[in-house]
Amino acid sequence: MLNYTIRRLVLSIPTLLFIALVIFLLLELAPGDPMGQMPLTIPDDVKQRMREALGLGEPWYTRFYLWLYQFFIVEPQYWIDGIFGTNLADGAQRIISFQSRSPVFDTIAERMPQTLWVVGMSYVVGVAIALPIGIISAYKQYSVFDQAGTFVSMIGFSVPPFFSGVLLIVIFSVNLGWLPSIYDTTHEVIDWETLKFQFQQMIMPVMVLALQTTAQVSRYMRASMLDNLGQDYVRTARAKGMTESVVIMRHVLRNSMIPVVTVIALGIPSIFGGAIITEQIFKVNGLGQLLILALQGNDIPMVMTITFLLAVMIVMLNLVADILYGVLDPRIRYD
Amino acid sequence: MPDGALPVLDVRDLKTVFQTRGGEVHAVNDVSFSLKPGELLGVVGESGSGKSVTMMSLLGLLPTPPADVRGGSVQFDGKDLLHISQEELRSVRGGKIGFVFQDPMTSLNPVYNVGFQIMEPLRKHMGMSKAEAAARAQELLELVGIPDAKQRLADFPHQFSGGMRQRVMIAIALACDPQVLIADEPTTALDVTIQAQILELMKELRDKLGMAVIWITHDLGVIAGIADRVMVMYGGQVVEHAPVHELFANPQHPYTRALLTTIPKIMGERASRLTIIEGQPPIMAGAPTSCPFRDRCDVAFDRCAVENPPRYDLGAGHDAACFFDARTGGPRDA
Repeated sequence: MLNYTIRRLVLSIPTLLFIALVIFLLLELAPGDPMGQMPLTIPDDVKQRMREALGLGEPWYTRFYLWLYQFFIVEPQYWIDGIFGTNLADGAQRIISFQSRSPVFDTIAERMPQTLWVVGMSYVVGVAIALPIGIISAYKQYSVFDQAGTFVSMIGFSVPPFFSGVLLIVIFSVNLGWLPSIYDTTHEVIDWETLKFQFQQMIMPVMVLALQTTAQVSRYMRASMLDNLGQDYVRTARAKGMTESVVIMRHVLRNSMIPVVTVIALGIPSIFGGAIITEQIFKVNGLGQLLILALQGNDIPMVMTITFLLAVMIVMLNLVADILYGVLDPRIRYD
Repeated sequence: MPDGALPVLDVRDLKTVFQTRGGEVHAVNDVSFSLKPGELLGVVGESGSGKSVTMMSLLGLLPTPPADVRGGSVQFDGKDLLHISQEELRSVRGGKIGFVFQDPMTSLNPVYNVGFQIMEPLRKHMGMSKAEAAARAQELLELVGIPDAKQRLADFPHQFSGGMRQRVMIAIALACDPQVLIADEPTTALDVTIQAQILELMKELRDKLGMAVIWITHDLGVIAGIADRVMVMYGGQVVEHAPVHELFANPQHPYTRALLTTIPKIMGERASRLTIIEGQPPIMAGAPTSCPFRDRCDVAFDRCAVENPPRYDLGAGHDAACFFDARTGGPRDA
């Protein structure tokens, strides 16, 4: 298993390099000018010099190489320096945002907690709701509970977050006035009252995102449970005199989790995608909002870095899913 | 075994109905049989004749709905299995009555090692500690003839061949020293040499452990080699029931006779085609009001269409459910 993990990690390096190249070339080919949002009063020759100052005069391969160098060598050095107080980086050039002229990673680090709180929490909540729904729906197939679960999933699948989000705001913020409609990032949790407020402002974005997760994961869980409930080994377990809870939770569940684990692991990056829209609606200034602003401003280093981080996450979670596969299913052995 | 011994299992008028979209299907109709200690009862019949459903009904192993065990009684160990609590029934399943299923490739849980799967009933029914159960599991694997039992306990089902997996299934069924072992076509999915090995193993274990066995199959050759008594099922009913030699020497029901002619012969003249029984087995919608075999029967007459024949006692433990008396060549008296 360790061998396999190391091999996969090594193999993911060329994959990621290729992804980086594709993202870079796509941004390169896309029309757009970082100077587009500069005031019109700036003369063209000044704009041209500003472009050159940003490094845009260099050929694409030089800029790509520099970005790679900064991403994989310089930024980790700064990161290590920050933790251990060493001086590896020695003032080397970091990846700088075209818009803010500050290091891209500093901005990302600022935005990350909001996104993790909202997105991470919504995913945990979504999965925690989805698994029991899937299990019970399958065990009591066609029951009232199952029908209700199917209905909620259908809503989760078909109603996009930009609709459900606005709907929730209209109901709970505008009409009822129970919850704030704007996420206050400056809010600090220091006591019970502030914790309560934190929950209040999180509940709507979390629920909107969790609805999607719940819809997907519960359907997969239900289908997988149904596949397994009819298997011969379930009859064997019952013939051995095992109680229903042992039959379901020990024998059926573990087999059913095998495909669902992949869905859960690979769903994490896509929920970050969903968060881009949800963050806009609830005014959460997280990574999603940052990416949108960077795209609008043609901030190539920022877009490149955030997109690439998402790609890294997808590749790594793929690996995690494969490893969990091997843990759950003894028929899959990687050595 | 003494002939007059009390039956260990006594089934009376068992009736199982499936609710389907097309209406009720009467899969088991008034099936009665009993099983003496140490006896091996063969149950034969084609697919859909109700053999497996009968045995699953005994232990409440059919999913309800759609299945519904409507009536009858199953006397075992001083209790009626159809009228005891789920908890009591579970202590019988896997404890006093063991079950071996048809397909060993899918009957074991792929994600747990076989040791765990054998130990599960031991820990539940016998209250053994982990160490005791492990020791007993090893003993059981040795009993069913799996070499290197100790090492193999940690192996997963996919690391065993089909025949070895069926041995594991038998070990699980035998784990708690059952009084009755129900084997539902245990050799059907196996190739012929492995089948012979499993048959030998079962006979040996039956003699060694003295339990009663119900052996479900559609293979008359297997029955001839292993059973003491045979019960022939058709259309959810018992159509003939006799000691094994009697059945093969003197079949009374037209279905049994037809079945016997379908066995391909290796010796003697070579038939150009395999013998078959013409027609389709019946779909048992509604309670039977006529003989289920009537449409495929070559001696059927008027009465067969209006009345379902009861089981006529023919003496010497032989009975057949047919209005036609094969001995006299004419209809039986009413």
